[in-house]
Amino acid sequence: MSPLHLHEYWIAFRTIVTKEVLRFARIWVQTVLPPVVTTALYFIIFGGLIGERIGEMEGFRYMDFIVPGLIMLAVITNSYANVVSSFFGSKFQRHIEELLISPIPNAVIILGFVFGGVARGMAVGVAVLLVSLFFSPLSVHNALVMLVVALLTAILFALAGLINGVFARTFDDISIVPTFVLTPLTYLGGVFYSISLLPGFWQGASMLNPILYMVDAFRYGSLGTSDFPVLLSLAIIVAFIVALFTAALVLLDRGVGIRS
Amino acid sequence: MTPALEIRSLRKTYKNGFEALKGIDLEVAPGSFFALLGPNGAGKSTTIGIITSLINKTGGSVRVFGHDLDGELQAVKRQIGLVPQEFNFNNFEPVGEIVVNQAGYYGIPRREAWRRAEHYLTELGLWDKRKDMARTLSGGMKRRLMIARALVHEPRLLILDEPTAGVDIELRRSMWDFLTRINQDGRSIILTTHYLEEAESLCRNIAIIDDGTIIENTTMKELLAKLETETMVLDLTEPVTGVPSDSRIRLRQIDELTLEADIHRGQHLNELFKVLDSAGIRVQSMRNKANRLEELFIRMTRSGQEPSHLTPGAGGTSEQPENPA
Repeated sequence: MSPLHLHEYWIAFRTIVTKEVLRFARIWVQTVLPPVVTTALYFIIFGGLIGERIGEMEGFRYMDFIVPGLIMLAVITNSYANVVSSFFGSKFQRHIEELLISPIPNAVIILGFVFGGVARGMAVGVAVLLVSLFFSPLSVHNALVMLVVALLTAILFALAGLINGVFARTFDDISIVPTFVLTPLTYLGGVFYSISLLPGFWQGASMLNPILYMVDAFRYGSLGTSDFPVLLSLAIIVAFIVALFTAALVLLDRGVGIRS
Repeated sequence: MTPALEIRSLRKTYKNGFEALKGIDLEVAPGSFFALLGPNGAGKSTTIGIITSLINKTGGSVRVFGHDLDGELQAVKRQIGLVPQEFNFNNFEPVGEIVVNQAGYYGIPRREAWRRAEHYLTELGLWDKRKDMARTLSGGMKRRLMIARALVHEPRLLILDEPTAGVDIELRRSMWDFLTRINQDGRSIILTTHYLEEAESLCRNIAIIDDGTIIENTTMKELLAKLETETMVLDLTEPVTGVPSDSRIRLRQIDELTLEADIHRGQHLNELFKVLDSAGIRVQSMRNKANRLEELFIRMTRSGQEPSHLTPGAGGTSEQPENPA
């Protein structure tokens, strides 16, 4: 690959990311505001009203305990939602053809969509963090861990959203996975509780849930407490990213869902 | 000279078993204005889809300016600009951004992309609309937007799939002028159209595809020379009750003020007028019953059995997707 081509790919990548960011920014009332409002309700109801009666969780106020999990919930759902809806929308309106006829390698297309999703996931994550300041003081144990875990998680779920978008044929198909897979896994991934509260069997079952490790690692960055070693969590996230990126590349190279 | 497009034994069979292309060969010379005609479902859009890598071929080879689609895909893509049959841009994006983003996908820096976008959008009368959302454009404007988008990376081969479908006559003619101009500047153009008048007036070379096979591939001049008979419609100044019988000219009465005359190749119109004159029939005006290319087209393709979709000048005719899958 010549440096000239690398520069062209960089321009193409930037173009896709800019286009994706402008897309969700234009419709921020649909994309950024709702998760912020929903999370504010979580803070009020679970953190404020119910949390007061729960008492402490792993030595922290319940409100303080759920803040990292809710930020991760926002990052996960928004990075996923952005890519799945944008990619499916581009298939539905056929403007995916603008990319398919141009000389951009599929890897660059994937990265463009993914970083568009990451931008939305992180934007909403930051917005939720700012809202959380009304309910809980900002707690940072290791800012780098927080940032890296949030970024990698956003990349992972943006990739998952892209794969969903590749296979989706109808609008129903882009809501099935978030509704029936992503949301339950996130809720059961330790957002609202520590898995040490669960009976033995369910603790074991929870450990098969990859979201658990992401929430746990992010909580470590924020509160300094975790159920698993941070490096193990990071290794699991990176392994998922590699697997999903490879799958996405194979799908696009084969033209699944996009070429006859 | 390296052909702009060279297709050899191109085949496409869809997953449902439908054989859209049965091994076609096609060559388009550089700088050519080439018409690819065929009835609905003949394989035109499949051919274009394969050339632009939107459809995977089953067999055969495609070369664009010497670059092989299989081994040099990115080089092939850089040579081609596509104006598809259906609108395929984001309706919720501003016009200018659609064109500039397309340039970005080809690695063109943003400043240069805006310069080119201004040039082509101005040429096509859309620069004032650059900040408007694409969904607010009229049908004709949307077609022109797709032309600007296809040209922004300055491809050597422009492929237009039904570019003037649904466009009014005045606008269609201005688009013809624009396309002629960019062709004269050296750009090769391949055009599919349902307006055969359009193909006849714009294109110097022509291929007719029917049922996945190329049935004719020649120059427009040579093709039209094959036309054996032309039918002329005569509007009369006074009613007539019958038509003169003449062995040289076949005349039919349509109504009391209209006649049709079949003129064979090699015959002169003077012979027709001589017959009419001797019968005392006065002609107000005269026209071709159908476009010459249309007459040939209908005879050569299976659309001879279903000619209704080939009305010359009929607006809004749009080809159905060829892929039944």
